[in-house]
Parts: sequence; C-alpha cells; structure tokens
Amino acid sequence: MADTKNVEYVARLAKIEITDDEKESLGGQLTKIIKYIDKLKTLNTDGIEPMRGLHPETNAFREDKAILSSCRKAIIENSPSSQDGYFKVPNII
Amino acid sequence: MNIDKEARQIAENIYSKKTSKEEVFRFFHSRAKKVDSYLKSFVEMYDNFTPVNGDSSLGGLPIAIKDNICIEGKRITCASKILSTHVSAYDSEVVRRLKKAGLIIFGTTNMDEFAFGSSTENSCYGPTRNPWDTSRVAGGSSGGSAAAVAARLVPFALGSDTGGSIRQPCAFCGVVGFKPTYGRVSRYGLVAFGSSLDQIGPITTSIADSAHLLNIICGFDRRDSTSVKKDVPDFTKSLSSEGKKFTIGIPQEYFGAGLNEEIRAAIEKVISLYKKNNIKIAEVSLPHTEYAVAAYYIIASSEASSNLQRFDGIKYGLREPSRNLEELYCRTRKIGFGDEVKRRIFLGTYSLSSGYYEAYYIKALKARRLIRNDFNEVFKSVDAILTPTTPTPAFKIGEKKDDPLSMYLSDIYTISVNLAGIPAVSLPCGFTKSNLPISFQLIGKEFDEETLLSLGSTYQSCTDFHKKVPPLR
Repeated sequence: MADTKNVEYVARLAKIEITDDEKESLGGQLTKIIKYIDKLKTLNTDGIEPMRGLHPETNAFREDKAILSSCRKAIIENSPSSQDGYFKVPNII
Repeated sequence: MNIDKEARQIAENIYSKKTSKEEVFRFFHSRAKKVDSYLKSFVEMYDNFTPVNGDSSLGGLPIAIKDNICIEGKRITCASKILSTHVSAYDSEVVRRLKKAGLIIFGTTNMDEFAFGSSTENSCYGPTRNPWDTSRVAGGSSGGSAAAVAARLVPFALGSDTGGSIRQPCAFCGVVGFKPTYGRVSRYGLVAFGSSLDQIGPITTSIADSAHLLNIICGFDRRDSTSVKKDVPDFTKSLSSEGKKFTIGIPQEYFGAGLNEEIRAAIEKVISLYKKNNIKIAEVSLPHTEYAVAAYYIIASSEASSNLQRFDGIKYGLREPSRNLEELYCRTRKIGFGDEVKRRIFLGTYSLSSGYYEAYYIKALKARRLIRNDFNEVFKSVDAILTPTTPTPAFKIGEKKDDPLSMYLSDIYTISVNLAGIPAVSLPCGFTKSNLPISFQLIGKEFDEETLLSLGSTYQSCTDFHKKVPPLR
C-alpha cells in the first residue's frame, strides 16, 4: 500500500482527490494499519463459511406495493443545486 | 431541582406534579448552556420548550440525540463538513418512538465524524471534553452524548455503537452505556456507518433508566429490513434478580498485557461483589479475541466505504465548483471529509478492491464467524461475560491523534460484541487515583438484554459509583 501509485489507484476508486502530502501521510498510516491487519493471515479459516449476516440469512420480503413518502420536497431542498424538482448536475459529456 | 436524581425519578416528580415538564426543561437548559460553553458536548441545543403529546414512564423528560440520528426538520451533520447544512426530511424510528412516548428532543450531540473514532476528536466542531478532566477526551464516537449525561446536562441520551461507540465513551465518562442485540432497535434514520454492526442504544446514569428507555426504543420496524420480528419484554421487570441463579464467565483473553493495573484491580472488586451476591464465577476462553480488531477494521471500513458513496456533492449540502461530474465528486469529497473518514474509506476501498477482496474482506468475514462461534460456545455454560470496558482510562486530548492504530486498539474489549451481534452494557465501577472513571462490561446472549439488566441492577444496588457527579466549573 505504501507506494504512492497504489494510494493513487485507491483514491481514484474512492473518488477522493488527494494532495502529494496526503499521498505520503495516508500511505504511511495505511501501511501500518495493513501490517497489523495482516495478522489475519496467520488464522486458519479452512472450511469456515464467511459470515455475511447476523440473523438467519433470509430475505425480508414485503408486498410489492408503492407507498407515498411525503418528504420529496425536503430532500430536493437539501441539494446544493436543483431545478423543477430534480437534482442539477454539471455537464456529463 | 436536584441533579442527583435519575431520569425516572424526575419523571415521577412530573407525574405527581411536584415539578412541571417546563421547569425540568428550563433547569437542564440553563445548566447545559452554562457548562457546555467549555465541555462542547452539544452540536445544537433547541432553545424553545415544546412539549410533546404522548405518554410513558419517561413522559416530559428531555433527551439528547447523537448527531447521526434523524430528527425531522432539524439539522443533522454527523459532525462532518460534507453534511453541515443538511436538514432531516423525516424522523428516525427511534425519534418517532421517543416523541410518541412524550419525550422532548433537547438537542444533538457531538461525535467523531460519521462515528469513525474513539475520542470525538474527529469532529468538524472540535473535541468534546471529558467532564471529569477537561484536558482529556470524552471517548467516542458518542462522546457528546456520554459527556452530556455524565455532566447532568440532560437526564439521558441516545448514542450509536458500531465497535464500542456507546460503551467506550460511557466508560471514560462514568455513565451507563447499553448496546442492544443487533436487530432489536430499528436503524431507520440512523446514518449508516457499518450496516451489519451499527446499533442505537441508551446512555443513562443508572441501569434502571436504561431499562425504561429500552422499553421505548426496541421493537420491529418494517423500514429496517434487519430489524427483528421478536416480542419485546418489559425490560423494567428484569431489574430485580430475585430467585434467579446466574453464572458469569471471565474470559482470560481480556485480562492480558496492556490492561491498566488500576482497572484490573477495580474489575477484581466487581467480581468479588458478584461472588458475595451468590453469583457463580467461571473462567472461560474466547480464543479468537486477538483477531477481532483486525477483522473489525476490515469489515467496518468496507461497509463504510460503500455507505459513504452517497456523499457525492449531488444530493447533500456541500458541492465544490467543478468542470465536470467526476471532478465534482472527487473535489467535494476531498474538501468535505476529514482525515479519519478518508483513511477508513481508503482502507475499505482497498479491502474490497479486485485482488484483495478474498485476502482481506472474505478472510475477515470468516474470522467474524469464528469470533461469534467462540461466544456461542461460552454461552452454553454461562449467562453473561464480564470484562473491562476499556484497557485504559480516558487519555489526553491529542495523545493518539497521529497514531490511528493505537486509537483503534483502544476499542479492543468492545469490538467483538458488534462482530457477534450480541448485547453488552458498560457500567461505572470505580475511579483511578487521579479521579478518572473506571467501568466494566457485561456481555449477554443474543436477545438476552434481561440478564444484563438484572446483573447490572444487582451491582448498582450495592454501589454508588454511578451516582457520582463530576465537579464542574
């Protein structure tokens, strides 16, 4: 993780712009954390199923029925830019 | 009014008309205005007294809410710059229940940004100070709620606990922090951090108050698909342990090197007290404990990196002017997120990225199962597990700021509980020589909050550590 190329790659995936200083400091801190986390590699997990949920892993189904929520206006109002009840974004292409 | 009173005693005085809802509100409001100028436990305090219709054993009491739980029409910021202007469009399920029970929402409390942290130093508003020693941290991430309750600025509060974020600050501040079983309390309207770990819970001065508050906030909610359809008992009935025979397990892994000696001595006294009360004590082992912090930081960061993708400059407050959409995302998130949030997003993104997913994320999920199996095994022979809540008392502000790993390790005793999804409570049990609170933790079986309430109540009926109020300016 330490090398700045790797940090740059993760920054691109995470969509967070970082400065050269941050590349150094984040890289250093993450290397230390990952070194600690690597202790998991010494744990034998042969035949163990990954635990993906807490309670019996079934879906919580509900009736496929539309329910009106009354907060559309409040949600749009929280946006930094909106028009005619829609979120407004800069040019995509 | 007297600040020594527990919440339900104040509620009784309102009910019997010895005082009024407004008088109680004014008392706490003026105290909080004064004390919080240097404690900084609140993000926002609502100045107008607005009584709510609705009734319960706690009706009329003010309650503080951690700033990651939605209150309709009020600002919710998660102590992050990226959300600093955001107003909740709806009530979270817990707030809906509190209002229905006649409680008055008093204000929002400080926290580590998006609940990432163990000291409330990662807040865009600056750190909350520990009421017992203002040069020290209040713990985190629910540090504001814990400090406010400890300083009696409010009778009780809600926090959220993903890896110890209720229990650890409560231990540092000398109050009771309860993390219910995963699925007991609806997460609807709680800003998601680690969705398979997060749980809302009460922060109170006494275990009895926790029981009363749990009665209000627990229960199924169809809007949280992980909330569990299960009957909720009357938790106040568990406050007496008469006629019950309990065995408490002591896991050796929680008493190793790194545990502060004053805390160790205090925990030994707790064990002796339980023995005197005819509770059996058994040595037990949770052999995978040493892998908990590593597994937790992979799982919690992975879930967080995914949950925080929604903060992209489109739907929420902050937006950095940019030429195109990609630049807008990257710049807004650069400016809007603090250092710890970036670290966790990076760690999570890395763990989930192609080539590392199996080695980190899936490996951590396997470790999680082994940790849960450890608890299942131990609970075959004991009713609860007793441990210290934290390895050290509250540390100095700034002490661990530049060493994230040592900060993560301060949650070493609380993290396994979230991985296993089981309930736990932290209770004050003494003070260090320099007058800092010490606490112990009781861990219970899935959906067995009742045993924890019984055992906590037995302890508090024999001791008065929970009645101590910090000396404030």
